[in-house]
Amino acid sequence: MSTALERAEVGTELPPLELAPISRTTLALFGPASGDLNPIHIDLDVARSAGLDDVFAHGMLSMAYLGRLLTGWADQRAIRSYGVRFAAITPVHAQPTCRGRVTAIETVDGERRATLELAVVLADGSTTLTGNAVVSLAPALDPAPASENS
Amino acid sequence: MTATIDPAIVGTVHPTIETEIERGRLRAFAHAIGETDPVYSDLGAARAAGHPDLPVPPTFLFGIGSDMAWLDTLGIDLAAVLHGSQRFTYRSMAYAGDTLRFTPRIVDTYERKGGALQFLVRETAVTRIDGSAVADLQETIVVREVAP
Repeated sequence: MSTALERAEVGTELPPLELAPISRTTLALFGPASGDLNPIHIDLDVARSAGLDDVFAHGMLSMAYLGRLLTGWADQRAIRSYGVRFAAITPVHAQPTCRGRVTAIETVDGERRATLELAVVLADGSTTLTGNAVVSLAPALDPAPASENS
Repeated sequence: MTATIDPAIVGTVHPTIETEIERGRLRAFAHAIGETDPVYSDLGAARAAGHPDLPVPPTFLFGIGSDMAWLDTLGIDLAAVLHGSQRFTYRSMAYAGDTLRFTPRIVDTYERKGGALQFLVRETAVTRIDGSAVADLQETIVVREVAP
C-alpha cells in the first residue's frame, strides 16, 4: 500500500505541496481551531501596537501545512518525530510551498527509518520554516500497540 | 516593555490539563488548514483506513492542551511573543474521543542580544488518562523587546 515509502531512498524528494495565498479568513479560522489565540494574528490594532505593519500568519499554520506534506506521503502512524524552527514571519497573503527530501535511511530500535529534511518557502524565495521528521519505513505502523485487537 | 523572565521559573511544572478530543474540533482544524484527505474529517474514511475514530493530526496537540494563558501568568505580553521552534515526538496515535492529559514544564530560559530577545523552553508530556504515552512536545518561545 505504502509504495512511496517502499521506494524511498536518500535523495528522494516528496511531491511539493503548494498552498493558496494565506487569507485573513484562514487566520481567523485557524486561531480558534488550533488554540493559538494570540490576537497578533487577527487583530491589526494589536499588530500595530507591536510595531508591525500588518498581522502575520501563525507559525503553527505553516507547521500544519508541512504536516499535510508528511501525511500525504506517509501514513501518520509511521511518523516518529517532527520538528521545525520558525525562521521568518509569514506575512498575510504569502503563498507557501512545502518541500521535503529524504536525507538518511537507517535502522533505529530495530526499525528502518527515513529522516526527512523539510522546508516552507514563499513565492518570493524566502524560507520561513526549516525542520525534519523521522518516518518509519517498516510495515508495522503504530509506535506502540494502541488497540486491543492488534 | 516586557517583563524580564525570572530564571527561577525553570523547573516549574504548570497545572496539568485534561481535555477530551472532539470530532468537531478536529474537523474545524482540518478545514482551517485546507486538509483534503478525508481520513481527517470523515469517520467512514478514517475507519476504512484502520483508525478507530478521526485521528489527531501531527501538530494538533500544540494548541489543544494550552491556550496562551500560561504566558499571561508569567507577565509576558502576547504581542511580543514569537514561536521559535516546535518539536513533537510521537509515542502512539490519539483519536477523537480520547481524553488527553497535558503536563507542561518550563525547562530552560536564556537571553540573546543583551536581553533584547528572551527565550523560554517548555516541554509537555501528553498521555491518556490511563497514563499511556501519546507524545512529547518541546517548544521555544521568543519574547522580543517591543518599543513603548
